[in-house]
Amino acid sequence: MWSVLRSLWLVLMHMFKPRFTVQYPDEKPYLAPRYRGRIILSRDPDGEERCVACHLCAIACPVDCISLQATEDEHGRRYPEWFRINFSRCIFCGLCEEACPTYAIQLTPDIEMGEYNRQNLVYEKENLLISGTGKYPGYNFWRVAGVKIKDKDKGEAEREAPPADLHTLMP
Amino acid sequence: MNPVLLKIIVLVGILLVVLGLASGLIWLERRLLALWQDRYGPNRVGPFGLLQVMADMIKIFFKEDWIPPFADKWVFVFAPSIVMITVLLTFAIIPFTSVIQITDMNVGILFFLGMSSLGVYSVVLGGWASNNKYSLLGGMRAASQMLSYEVFMGLSLMGTVMLAGSFSLRAIVEAQQHMWFVIPQFLGFVLFFIAGVAETRRLPFDLPEAESELVAGFHSEYSGMKFGMFFVGEYLGVILISALISVLFFGGWLGPVLPPVVWIILKTLFFICFFILLRAALPRPRFDQLMSWGWKWMLPLTLANLAVTGAVVVAMRR
Ligand code: SF4
Ligand code: SF4
Repeated sequence: MWSVLRSLWLVLMHMFKPRFTVQYPDEKPYLAPRYRGRIILSRDPDGEERCVACHLCAIACPVDCISLQATEDEHGRRYPEWFRINFSRCIFCGLCEEACPTYAIQLTPDIEMGEYNRQNLVYEKENLLISGTGKYPGYNFWRVAGVKIKDKDKGEAEREAPPADLHTLMP
Repeated sequence: MNPVLLKIIVLVGILLVVLGLASGLIWLERRLLALWQDRYGPNRVGPFGLLQVMADMIKIFFKEDWIPPFADKWVFVFAPSIVMITVLLTFAIIPFTSVIQITDMNVGILFFLGMSSLGVYSVVLGGWASNNKYSLLGGMRAASQMLSYEVFMGLSLMGTVMLAGSFSLRAIVEAQQHMWFVIPQFLGFVLFFIAGVAETRRLPFDLPEAESELVAGFHSEYSGMKFGMFFVGEYLGVILISALISVLFFGGWLGPVLPPVVWIILKTLFFICFFILLRAALPRPRFDQLMSWGWKWMLPLTLANLAVTGAVVVAMRR
């Protein structure tokens, strides 16, 4: 009996306590920079696409919502011909971001993706690609990778030793 | 003014006010519950979310009115209306003020008790006609709860009847000119309140619908406006019990300064808020606890209250 009265009183006193609700559309909640929201494709500091179309993100994705087609430019640099993410299936797990070797695919703190038409949730490359570097400003995969591209020969990457001359390499 | 015309105006007025209040209570309850649980509740539609009621009404009117093929069709349709009819009929005897009363029956309290016993048929028949195990369990619980709580509900009122010397609600209010009956009949008030909560099947005594164990109990199968009628019937019951408590124990319309109609509304609203507080604060007991509580504690206490009141009244008459 006493506990009943006591809980009545305690609940009544909650009248004077602050409310916890965040009035969402009027009052935006703080989302951490690493929040897993809308996915983007970033560019390297030179303004070129980071994605090398390695398909690792598509393989890592547990719901198979990424699809892309790899191609190469005239200098042998790989890039996706098209890149498609179906956000109506994406569960925002962030595994694609973890799998990506080039920091190309990144999740951003944007959650407002409501659509009336389900088809509008399928994002193509032009919807995904941003003009900046996203969360990793300095990183440029092609400058550290030992692959020959347009203006960089083998051995010219950062911290890369020049290729060994096989004819002088004797035991 | 023509007395017949006056009666009709009062009748329609009470009907409209009570029904309006019952739907307004949906909003009030949600806002108050939210307040006590540190939330906001519906605050988007219209000022303070007041138009939420309209939105809910529109929704419920346009819902598919589904009668399950396995249900007993006629009883299924008829059951929700019983609770509305009985509760609304009972409002006829409530003296809101000395003028605003539909009929001053000389057996007012008995009429109320009779109607509230009839009201439980709504739940029992609804549960039975749904032809669903959970609904049937809910209906059976309602019946047994009604049986055990109706007994001391009636008896707990007899103290006030003895003090006032009449079954008529208006006479009872007028007998409280000098002292509200809650003072000599405090035990009676508490017991009647508990029985009233059980009678309206509100939390913590909402075992017939107990959503955590019986899905929604007797109204699992109901949808659309038939469900809405159970819902509004429950709120009407809350208003009825609150109004009765203010009339029987808190001097009805009597009070200083303010006009009588304001007093009765204030008192009724206070008890409605208390009903909501009960819902916000208390968990639901187990069914056997509920029954044994009723028979082992409430009934003996009521009988003791009755005996003592009777003895005192007789001693005073000497
Ligand atoms: S966040 Fe998860 S589900 Fe969404 S695209 Fe990346 S891997 Fe797939
Ligand atoms: S986004 Fe990253 S993981 Fe996916 S294909 Fe491009 S480079 Fe590979």
